[in-house]
Amino acid sequence: MFESSLSALAARLAAKDVSSRELAQAWLDRIAALNPTINAFITVDPGRTLAEAAAADAMRGAGRAGALTGVPIAHKDIFCTDGWLTTCGSKMLSNFVAPYDAHVIQRFKAAGLPSLGKTNMDEFAMGSSNETSFYGAVKNPWDPTRVPGGSSGGAAASVAARLSPAATGTDTGGSIRQPAAFTGITGLKPTYGLVSRYGMIAFASSLDQAGPMAKSAEDCALLLNVMTGFDPNDSTSLDREKEDYARDLDRPLAGLRIGLPKEFFAEGLDGEVAAAVDTAVNELKKLGAIPVEISLANSRLAIPVYYVLGPAEASSNLSRFDGVRYGHRAPEYTDLNDMYAKTRAQGFGAEVKRRILIGTYVLSHGYYDAYYLQAQKIRRLIADDFSEAFKVCDVILGPTTPGTAFRIGENSDDPVRMYLNDLYTIPANLAGLPGMSLPCGFDSGGLPIGLQLVGNHFCEARMLNVAHQYQRATDWHSRMPTNL
Amino acid sequence: MSLSTDDVKRIASLARIEIDDTQAQATQAQLNTIFGLIAAMQAVNTAGIEPMAHAQEVFQRLREDAVTEADHRDAFQAIAPAVENGLYLVPRVIE
Amino acid sequence: MKWETVIGLEVHTQLATQSKIFSGSSTAFGAAPNTQASAVDIALPGVLPVLNKGAVECAIRFGLAVGATLNRVNVFDRKNYFYPDLPKGYQISQLAKPIVEHGALKIVADGEEKTIRITRAHMEEDAGKSLHEDFHGMTGIDLNRAGTPLLEIVSEPDMRSSAEAVAYARALHTLVTWIGICDGNMQEGSFRVDANVSVRPVGQQEFGTRREIKNLNSFRFLQQAIDYEARWQIETLEDGGRIQQATVLFDPDTGETRMMRSKEEAHDYRYFPDPDLLPVRLDESWIEAVRAALPELPAAMQARFQREYGVSAYDAAVLTGSRALAAYFEAVAQKSGQPKLAANWVMGELTAALNRSELDIAQSPVSATQLGALISRIQDGTLSGKLARQVFEGLWEGAGEVDAIIAARGLTQMSDAGELETIVDAVLAANQKSVEEFRAGKEKAFNALVGQVMKASRGRANPAQVNDLLKTKLQ
Repeated sequence: MFESSLSALAARLAAKDVSSRELAQAWLDRIAALNPTINAFITVDPGRTLAEAAAADAMRGAGRAGALTGVPIAHKDIFCTDGWLTTCGSKMLSNFVAPYDAHVIQRFKAAGLPSLGKTNMDEFAMGSSNETSFYGAVKNPWDPTRVPGGSSGGAAASVAARLSPAATGTDTGGSIRQPAAFTGITGLKPTYGLVSRYGMIAFASSLDQAGPMAKSAEDCALLLNVMTGFDPNDSTSLDREKEDYARDLDRPLAGLRIGLPKEFFAEGLDGEVAAAVDTAVNELKKLGAIPVEISLANSRLAIPVYYVLGPAEASSNLSRFDGVRYGHRAPEYTDLNDMYAKTRAQGFGAEVKRRILIGTYVLSHGYYDAYYLQAQKIRRLIADDFSEAFKVCDVILGPTTPGTAFRIGENSDDPVRMYLNDLYTIPANLAGLPGMSLPCGFDSGGLPIGLQLVGNHFCEARMLNVAHQYQRATDWHSRMPTNL
Repeated sequence: MSLSTDDVKRIASLARIEIDDTQAQATQAQLNTIFGLIAAMQAVNTAGIEPMAHAQEVFQRLREDAVTEADHRDAFQAIAPAVENGLYLVPRVIE
Repeated sequence: MKWETVIGLEVHTQLATQSKIFSGSSTAFGAAPNTQASAVDIALPGVLPVLNKGAVECAIRFGLAVGATLNRVNVFDRKNYFYPDLPKGYQISQLAKPIVEHGALKIVADGEEKTIRITRAHMEEDAGKSLHEDFHGMTGIDLNRAGTPLLEIVSEPDMRSSAEAVAYARALHTLVTWIGICDGNMQEGSFRVDANVSVRPVGQQEFGTRREIKNLNSFRFLQQAIDYEARWQIETLEDGGRIQQATVLFDPDTGETRMMRSKEEAHDYRYFPDPDLLPVRLDESWIEAVRAALPELPAAMQARFQREYGVSAYDAAVLTGSRALAAYFEAVAQKSGQPKLAANWVMGELTAALNRSELDIAQSPVSATQLGALISRIQDGTLSGKLARQVFEGLWEGAGEVDAIIAARGLTQMSDAGELETIVDAVLAANQKSVEEFRAGKEKAFNALVGQVMKASRGRANPAQVNDLLKTKLQ
């Protein structure tokens, strides 16, 4: 059962073969058994989960069931969830029981998908290893001495270890795709504006986007059908007609032009990763796809641009954590400013502070033009490169990450080396484009390798089609860790 | 360019994050490495390029002027560090 | 040395919308603390702003009213600083691309007409309130006001005296209430003035260093604060001192300004475009619809009053002090057909009575129709000015309509020549001393006799007739 696809689970629920309560209980039991090893969840609340599952069963009983009603999933602890502790991986919010539901949570509740709990993450989504969480590092289910990636590392590990059938994640510079690659699962970051950011604790507002993380492209398509949709409470939410992201899954790939950016196969890419991606390209060719070499020349500047824009927005977004209305407040202080400074020094971890300081600096008087404005201009150059590329290809393909999962602690003292992990994923965020990662093999150490697809705006259905056809021809996505 | 420890202390003060001398020195070194990475931007000629502030080229949607919110004070203040008579309490503010 | 004072004003007007600028909370004044502070207003993690169309429309209305440029695309920025009444740690405002730029407003000060340039007006959100009464040495924060829409209107440093500054502030106050974008209630903080004041030797081109006086909430305080500040700066400079740029507060009790302690630290607001809000676009059709719905503006109405009703420029300015007053005057003028008399009565008797009772024109117990009827009775000779004042008192007390009061109190002017002659004869007989004095050349004695006749007639005699009759009798 833990191997089942979402549609298989939904079919069993529809056939009254199993109830949502039974499914929820089975996964809660597995979480109780394995989470102490993996640390994928920050909060598990069986009482609430089972109550939600009972409500889903009632929905089905009343004939109001949707496609996935009753299927339990896990939520990244970045989504405010009414009545649930919502920490965002930080000590700052270690006592924050959210008084409202994020738009994404509302959608899953309305569709009748019970929550299995809140998954671990890098603090305020800042990290690529899940080591910056105040609640401890998440272990990669394929090798517990290694990181699962981040920031949606708990979500990725929970799906990979089959602690949840699927999970929500968020992606600012690769936070869905990089952990998906490191844990051998499928994850998709939609076009910016498709999924409402309301109630999703902000890291970098112009880059943040929530998306599904699951065992397959097909499951991602079904989750995306629930997650997307216009939200009047988010000014950046796009008011478009609802689409069915599963509609093109079975479309043949004949004639599909796949763009291979030469910059993504250059120096810095691990040989085994390169080989696995090459093999995947050959597989797609067999399915009728035509490779086209393209250039994303300015993407080499994506990391510098990202480490200006992300911290700038974050430094401002995180100013609300001041110990006045909610969250941590320093127990002792001499005056107002001391209360602020101590609260924030105690409440934030090292990486978050580092990014707040970078952001504060690049926005400060005399530096704005040289850093922030220059980064915004290069952001446009990066986006323009994609526009050019999509004139000659339908989807862009490459590695998700330069290497496979690294050891816990390996990059902890070297922020720059850590940042380089997001080399291939950041450009899509800067351009607001959809990107996804799907497993395409293993390295000699038995660690999963991720294949990245980047599509033009609103091309999710086509990307899911490509991924689904690839997954029908291969079985990398159905492998699971055997050592658990 | 590189940051001095005084720069680090100044921005930490702007960001309201307490930092002592030892931390400031360690932070200074890390930030300078990161700014070394960022420096690659400076060589790019961006004359005439319009800055890109948003991922989509769309305009602001406007909300009709109507009161839609109810009072949730009790729920919101149940999670507040210090409240009295419906007010959030903070150390004395001097104007 | 002769000194010149240079003043520019920044005025924060709370826009008269139902809901806040970025949330659906009510903007009503006076609610229990934090009961009108939504998730967005208290900046819970994850919440997002959505712009209120009503606030943008107010800004468009203002821009059109001051002949300004409306930026067809304008942008919201974040102004970052920490303060407990600022929940997000930043204020959403407009820096680089405000909605309104390059407007102007005409003022009259010390009898001179002058144009004050308006640099810009931008939309932003108000902060909450810090309550300093003692909570065990703590300050209480009420966020009901947080997120109330503001239009900050910034003038050029075009004013040269506190009188000009007050005239500008008053004209602006009249305008924003006139076009209905602000209730103008200064006690409740709906219209707050910051004054940038500097001094320089007469003839010097460069401006002196300015100090900003924050949060003046009455025109009187504005005048007092500027006068004090300018005097203080001149004295400081004459004593060989220098002016440091600073933010100061005016203390109405001492009449002095003092440095704000919380502003001593240098600020670096780190403005950048708010990524949660997209650029605001103003459609031409929207602007034209707002323009079409604008009422006749004070300046246009003043010109029309002079032209159509023949009132003086000064009277026209006073009569357009508010839209309600202007409408009242016009109704009286039209009802009575006597615009000049109407102007005198509205500005004189009526305004005095309203001021005595601390009433607004909208609350006047005497309606425009009634006052018009009263003036008609003066015009047709039924009432003298004095009698008319008595009828006005009756109207004010709610004693009924004009003709009913006249009838009930017997206030018609005496028209029977025989009756008047009887009274005159009686007065002359009883005041032989005055008669003799007049005949000896004392003009004053004549006036005394007129007064006696008026008194004896209980004011009903026609003064002109009394004059004529007395002159005839005394010849």
